[in-house]
Amino acid sequence: MTLPLLTLLVLVPLAGGVAVLLVGRGRDGAARRLALGVAVVTFAASLALWAFFDAGSADYQFVERYTWLPDFGISYHVGVDGISLFLVILTTFLTPIALLCSWDSIGDRVREFSFFMLALEAAMIGVFVSLDLFLFYLFWDAMLIPMYFLIGVWGYDRRIYAAIKFMLYTMAGSVLMLVAIIWLAYHHESAVGVLSFDLAHLMALNVPATLQTWLFLAFAVAFAIKVPLFPFHTWLPDAHVEAPTAGSVILAGVLLKMGTYGLLRFAFPLFPEAALAFAPYLAILAIVGIVYGALVAMVQPDLKKLVAYSSVSHLGFVVLGLCAMNINGVQGAVFQMLAHGVSTGGLFLIVGMLSDRRHTRLIAEFGGLKAAMPQLVAAFLVITLASIALPGLNGFVGEFLILLGSFHGLFDPARAPYYTAVAATGVILSAVYMLWMFQRVNYGPLENPKNRGLGDLTLREWVVIAPICAAAIGMGVVPGAFLRPMEPAVRRVVQDVAGPRAMNAARPTAVPAVDRPPDGDGPASGSTGRVAGSGGGR
Amino acid sequence: MLTRADFAAIAPILIVTLSACFVLVAEAIRRRGEWMPHGALGVIGLGGAIVTSALQWDQQHIGFGVIIADNYALFFNIAICGMGVLTILLSSGTAVRDRLPEGEYYALVLFSTAGMMMMGSTRDLLVVFIALEIMSLGVYILTAIKRTSLAGAEAGFKYFVLGGFSSAFFVYGIALVYAVTGTTRLDDLGRMVATQSLDPNVLLVLAMIFLIVGFAFKVSAVPFHMWAPDAYQGAPTLVTGFMSTAVKAAAFAAFARVFLSALEPLRAEWVPILTAIAGLTMILGTVVGVAQTSVKRMLAYSSIAHAGYVLVALVAANATGKAAILFYLVAYAVTNLGAFGVLAALATNDRPHDDVRDFAGLGRERPGLAAVLTVFLLSLGGFPPTVGFVAKWYVFSAAVQANLIALAVLGVLTSVVAVFFYLRIVVMMYMAPERAPNHRPAVPAVALAGLLVALVVVFYLGVLPGRLLALAADSVAAIF
Repeated sequence: MTLPLLTLLVLVPLAGGVAVLLVGRGRDGAARRLALGVAVVTFAASLALWAFFDAGSADYQFVERYTWLPDFGISYHVGVDGISLFLVILTTFLTPIALLCSWDSIGDRVREFSFFMLALEAAMIGVFVSLDLFLFYLFWDAMLIPMYFLIGVWGYDRRIYAAIKFMLYTMAGSVLMLVAIIWLAYHHESAVGVLSFDLAHLMALNVPATLQTWLFLAFAVAFAIKVPLFPFHTWLPDAHVEAPTAGSVILAGVLLKMGTYGLLRFAFPLFPEAALAFAPYLAILAIVGIVYGALVAMVQPDLKKLVAYSSVSHLGFVVLGLCAMNINGVQGAVFQMLAHGVSTGGLFLIVGMLSDRRHTRLIAEFGGLKAAMPQLVAAFLVITLASIALPGLNGFVGEFLILLGSFHGLFDPARAPYYTAVAATGVILSAVYMLWMFQRVNYGPLENPKNRGLGDLTLREWVVIAPICAAAIGMGVVPGAFLRPMEPAVRRVVQDVAGPRAMNAARPTAVPAVDRPPDGDGPASGSTGRVAGSGGGR
Repeated sequence: MLTRADFAAIAPILIVTLSACFVLVAEAIRRRGEWMPHGALGVIGLGGAIVTSALQWDQQHIGFGVIIADNYALFFNIAICGMGVLTILLSSGTAVRDRLPEGEYYALVLFSTAGMMMMGSTRDLLVVFIALEIMSLGVYILTAIKRTSLAGAEAGFKYFVLGGFSSAFFVYGIALVYAVTGTTRLDDLGRMVATQSLDPNVLLVLAMIFLIVGFAFKVSAVPFHMWAPDAYQGAPTLVTGFMSTAVKAAAFAAFARVFLSALEPLRAEWVPILTAIAGLTMILGTVVGVAQTSVKRMLAYSSIAHAGYVLVALVAANATGKAAILFYLVAYAVTNLGAFGVLAALATNDRPHDDVRDFAGLGRERPGLAAVLTVFLLSLGGFPPTVGFVAKWYVFSAAVQANLIALAVLGVLTSVVAVFFYLRIVVMMYMAPERAPNHRPAVPAVALAGLLVALVVVFYLGVLPGRLLALAADSVAAIF
């Protein structure tokens, strides 16, 4: 295949965004349609990616590589494996939905709004497909700008505070990662003789333990802020509450996954020894986040804040799965990233629809909506159940696999069952806060007179919410379609990270990561057995 | 005897000087109310100097034993003339609108440009001093050129008095150097210093400190930055832009040449001093910048902070660092001139448009101009895909390579602080509640062209910096 599909996936939204800016003043409708068209085309292109993806291979596919700054070992190097493939598709799936959901609610500066949405999409795809650390950092940093504008210009009352907090918080973490990236590249130069920012080259490097610790910490803090892992989460509720619906959907749906993706793709495989050394602490923070996020979500009076804190809780599961570093845990984590993107995106869409109608998001203002809007409430129910991991819906597969993996978690094999037990309370708590919220909003008598005349889902809203519900059900019923293509890549990562620890006992020098056969069974996965392929299906 | 090599070495400087003289003559023969193409004359002269410098690449002419046209000097010739061209383009229209005396304004810009070019091409400390004074005198006058402005007069006076003071230090440093070594030639000096580098003369170290004071003043490094906020705020906007970019670039050109060639053997002595200065400069520039409400004053502190980043590269002083100095100065100059160009386009003679709050609603009233300013501010803040990101990455690469991790970490953290105040302007333009219509003036066509040039360069070098990086590396490789 010679078509540079990944480059197109980055360039089409970007070029489309610039084209939207050139639409004449006052022709907002045309700008909206053009932006949506571009986003749909991008989504179609990403489906082509899936169709031509070789599910049996652990290698990066659709690889493109051009030298960019040869003196510095920097190249334009992109490619996808089974992990990033689905994150790209998640991005292209949510962007048209986010554009469509803001069709009526964003009436001001539509061209600029559409431009920033599409620019954000381009940067996010860029982050997921980059295989060069310089390129990755470039997209990672560039992504902040459109999100900053989306929150700051089209957000709610305290939008400026939230936008600046988002920007400074995430930047403070990522600049340290920049220093670490440069440091790693120069370490490559002193070890091998040439400067390189290429991920594969850097992974083949044997980084001394103390240096690993520092570099891992720099990477991990940057990603932990993005996830956000407790206690770095305080920017998230502010950003979510103040962001417009489309911003929240993208923020929760895709942006947060960059943190966990970064841990999985960069922090863990580049510094495996430090990662395994810190895994217990990360796992504890993740579990604290699971329980803390759930407890705080329970007492929120504001729907958006509740969903925001539920994200802290759900992403704690993802980090826990990554820390387990076995096939089940990591596969569950990646699946949970996708599931959370779909279901939390859906929750924000529903909250946005309620807020468009009532201009409030306080739970106390609602009640008995089922009588007024049966269709909306039905969709709401599906997404709520998906979020609390009901079997047969997407949330179940991920959380089940994560808990399964965490039971034999590599972070602390002896005490892992206890960790898992505490984490599992998060599943119960999530049912408590979500169902309680759902009950207060939708059931009971319709007492508030302002809720009486509310219209049900419009055709546009159906188009917005139906794909989300379909995805939530589809991912729950046939998880294998997603788990199978990601399995070889997950195996490879687990091998890269956990492999050396077991091998070091026998052989003092670790085998370079890139040379290892992709299908070698990791010592960690051997004992847990495989259930993933049919885990949640029936 | 004037040989061909003598003439070739000074040719670019001569061309700029001549064009300045032409501007003066044009002003002298101008009848009252008549229009003269002063700016065009200047652009022709600067363009000629750029072409001449480019043609001399790799030729290493030496003029009169003290002026050298090596690649390093030629790089700075081209860069500084480019900054001059951009300044003139952006001044077109706004200089008239601000009722500046056009003839004198352009002539002084050109004369000080000639001095700056000399700064980069000397191989003698005395000539460095002469060039410094040629450059500075022009800029002192430019600062106070708006005769009706009290703030301008105050700024010019402060700049002049403090500048004279620092020049005195500089001359004293040169005198001490001569007293110890008997020469002011950089190459002879370098050899002398190298022979006694293990046990350096105390007077020589003292002389080095005095030279640092003189240079640190011109690049506005802490603790010799006191003049900068006042001078930057009081000067006409584009003079501030010119001052904060070209003067800084020229001062760094001489600073780096003196310290990386002649005083290189004293590295152990000057590295701790410059490390401290670099750290303090980055911290003070960004932290105090946060507290400003005047945009020009804020950009003055930002300019102090950027001097700190260049100093980091100078301290690193490896191959990457030396080239990073050149790249950073060019990147900063294009971006900052662009930003000041927008500021100048917004201000009128009676309404300064300088308070942060004046920018409220600019995004809606003038979307194009606001977008352009946003790009420049993001580039100053070091965001990709602009040149500011590449420049910062390059400097921090040099620092990490030289194992100055602490300095690199300090640099990235202060750059986050700086982002806060750059974004304040963006917040005002796009997010703050709007106020009554502001009646901002239209942008003159030539100035608009200048802004577009800066914008294109900011993006081009942000995505494809390879050629300029190679050129910068090539320029320093030959001499140090």
